[in-house]
Amino acid sequence: MTEQIDEGLRNELQRQGIWVTSMQDLYNWGRRNSIWPLQFGLACCAIEMIATAASRYDIARFGGEVFRPSPRQADLMIVAGTVTKKMAPQIVRLYNQMPDPKYVISMGACAISGGPFKQGYNVLKGIDRYIPVDVYIPGCPPRPEALLHAFMELQRKIDGQKLTGITKAEHLDPGQPSEFPVPAFGEHDLEPVANPDVFHPPKMERQS
Amino acid sequence: MALESLEEIKLRAEAAVPGAQIRVIPNPSPANQPSLLLDNERASAVATFLRDDPILRLDYCSNVTGVDWLDRKVKKTIKVKKVIDGEEKEVDETKEELVPGYLEAVYHLFSITHKHGPVVIRMRTANRARGTRLPSLTPIYRSAEFQEREIFDLYGVHFESHPDLRRILMWDEFVDHPMRKDYREPDDYEYEPTPHDDVLEKAKQHYTARPELDGAESIRPQAG
Repeated sequence: MTEQIDEGLRNELQRQGIWVTSMQDLYNWGRRNSIWPLQFGLACCAIEMIATAASRYDIARFGGEVFRPSPRQADLMIVAGTVTKKMAPQIVRLYNQMPDPKYVISMGACAISGGPFKQGYNVLKGIDRYIPVDVYIPGCPPRPEALLHAFMELQRKIDGQKLTGITKAEHLDPGQPSEFPVPAFGEHDLEPVANPDVFHPPKMERQS
Repeated sequence: MALESLEEIKLRAEAAVPGAQIRVIPNPSPANQPSLLLDNERASAVATFLRDDPILRLDYCSNVTGVDWLDRKVKKTIKVKKVIDGEEKEVDETKEELVPGYLEAVYHLFSITHKHGPVVIRMRTANRARGTRLPSLTPIYRSAEFQEREIFDLYGVHFESHPDLRRILMWDEFVDHPMRKDYREPDDYEYEPTPHDDVLEKAKQHYTARPELDGAESIRPQAG
């Protein structure tokens, strides 16, 4: 563990041409710099995602340019756009098909909460009702810089994940689910309307 | 080529299609776009005439949409003769009349050949019941296919002789018709920091009343 090595000693060794690291650092360094997103877009946020992938903003600088057309090869799901209730089961199914470790970025107001369509009958009030989300990006749509920021946030999160111990990363714990039930089409709404194991909305207590 | 007036179109269409009953529906709004109301029985024949007539050649259906008209009460003033104080007088009396609701399909027709249009035609269902029927114009205008499916999905109008009448936007298991005015979406209110209008009404049903703390401006359920 690098944390257990004295920083001064490590710098001294580095000056002498000896590079000291840990498995965890090496492993996470490789993982965080080759995040492969799943190639799919749902609405106007997808256009910003495309712009982020193009040369001006160039997500390749962060190792995220390999958009995969198959969930089996993807590490990251960027939920870019409005999730309609008709689309939600497919999103959950795609998430279930991704191999662990997998991460989700919820991009834009719609993917977070339903956004301007929140009170409508056909839009899901946030993808975090069915799958766990790692990074939320507000915006309508968020600019490419915001997506890059979320990407760097995710890299920071991956960097901090431990391989061993009690605080090890969730995907290394066999008790943690990596698949979540796909909601069914009901007569009036999706059934269930949210997965209580995943969805923990903040309880809003009114101030007196 | 200037388009002839709707009255002329109506007369020629009625002459061409025996038994057709067409009404010109005026539009008093600033748009001033009157339309032709076709009778459901001969609608296909009239639409075929509009498409194939060499003067009209309305060969392009650009848009099909639905309208939901609820039951409404119309006040009418009628002069009634009444005997007041032994004298016969004419008195104005207001009567409320119930106009039953119906669903409408509205088609906007243009001519690519003659570069004129639009001619707006509409059809009305008999009532607002589930599975209420209209003839489909898809056999005449192919572009109406998906839009008639959309009207079926969102308003619940069944188009007879439509080649593939399924829901197009909502899922197949869905039973409601969300664009109908009496549609109520599932009650899944979520916290809003600044609710207003319809959302405020929803919010009121989901808050517990605390009038002693909240004062007059508070959000609380209506009594009763």
